[in-house]
Amino acid sequence: MLTKRIIPCLDIKDGRTVKGVNFVGLRDAGDPVELAARYAEEGADELVFLDITATVEKRKTLVDLVRHVAAEINIPFTVGGGISSVEDVSALLNAGADKISINSSAVKRPGLINELALEFGSQCVVVAIDTRHVHDEHIVHVRGGRTPTELRTIPWAREVEQRGAGEILLTSMDHDGTKAGFANELTSEISGMLSIPVIASGGAGNMEHFVDTFTAGKADAALAASIFHFKEIGVPDLKQFLKDKSIPIRIEQ
Amino acid sequence: MSVVIINYNAGNVQSVTYALQRLGVTPVLSDEEEVIRSADRVIFPGVGEASTAMRFLKERRLDRVIKDLRQPVFGVCLGLQLMCRHSEENDTDCLGIFDIEVKKFEPKLKVPQMGWNTLTQMNSPLFKGIAEESYVYFVHSYYAELSDQTIANTDYVNSFSAALHKDNFYALQAHPEKSGKVGAKIIENFLDL
Repeated sequence: MLTKRIIPCLDIKDGRTVKGVNFVGLRDAGDPVELAARYAEEGADELVFLDITATVEKRKTLVDLVRHVAAEINIPFTVGGGISSVEDVSALLNAGADKISINSSAVKRPGLINELALEFGSQCVVVAIDTRHVHDEHIVHVRGGRTPTELRTIPWAREVEQRGAGEILLTSMDHDGTKAGFANELTSEISGMLSIPVIASGGAGNMEHFVDTFTAGKADAALAASIFHFKEIGVPDLKQFLKDKSIPIRIEQ
Repeated sequence: MSVVIINYNAGNVQSVTYALQRLGVTPVLSDEEEVIRSADRVIFPGVGEASTAMRFLKERRLDRVIKDLRQPVFGVCLGLQLMCRHSEENDTDCLGIFDIEVKKFEPKLKVPQMGWNTLTQMNSPLFKGIAEESYVYFVHSYYAELSDQTIANTDYVNSFSAALHKDNFYALQAHPEKSGKVGAKIIENFLDL
């Protein structure tokens, strides 16, 4: 049976992991490659690297990082942050990334989704949607959730699928950082409506929240950052917990 | 041991190269007939669309080269589908190494299947040391039907051929290069054939 995926997200700035992580035995908590290897070893199903580097020059280090990660890590990984062209994507995929994620650039120019799907295949095109509840409507936001757009979230999700996205990473900015659980109602509506997988993101605070998003939220995968980085929840414990709750989950024998 | 990865417009060539390097093998990427023919092992990767891939192979006469190989050959993901007779993906005639039709999943579940699923009824040295119901990573919208050449099953929408074998040809629908330790073991087993 196809299993639900647990996806730790690593924020990268200037080639280093941000949000200090204290894994026992890690020589360098800021080294994304070592951290990624640890997560893979612990049973993470995929990884997401989100580049929050501010300057274009320093972004070039991302391709080197991807090359190092791909050489070391034997599970799939997605790279996002500041990607806005076919050339950007080509460089990252050639370096060994399995998927790329686009957000603001897709809002700015939706045709980019079509171009990427045609050039590289839908399977590697993840569209990240940051959504916030405004005046009783779900509105797509950009710039890290700070700037509202004119797009409503549900029609936008349908549009990105039609344009050739292979997966949606749905982050509720209302839930992000609250540790009060994922936005299950919205996730369920979008996941139920689309035929592509939906990754729930934003709000994970405890292991029950993952059960909820996989059942009530109909999510195909769940992404979290700080609860994994700060060891509030370990990936192996979470996966065992989910398995005990009869959620289909991969635990290596 | 010389290992050649057939170099064409397949998206996962780099990942397969890294997976071999992690096993201490440095593969050669090539689309040249002589180089491919003389290898001890040949890996036929694949990510993308069937008709485009077949056209690309035919233009370079790689379709004949692949069919005539005598050493162990390992098709991965789209590579498996291209080794079959025909694919529903844009009505494409494929290599015909396996006499099997490749069909699209009915949209009863999400398509593509994306993620980790189990291998069952494994029946080949390719899976030596791998426990029943081990997980491997899949990304695909089309599948090879079950046949007497099936050497492992996976269930998604319906039961399908997760792996195939005929003579010197082996193939896996999942991505061994992205399937953790299980995937690494499958690649190692292929090299040990």
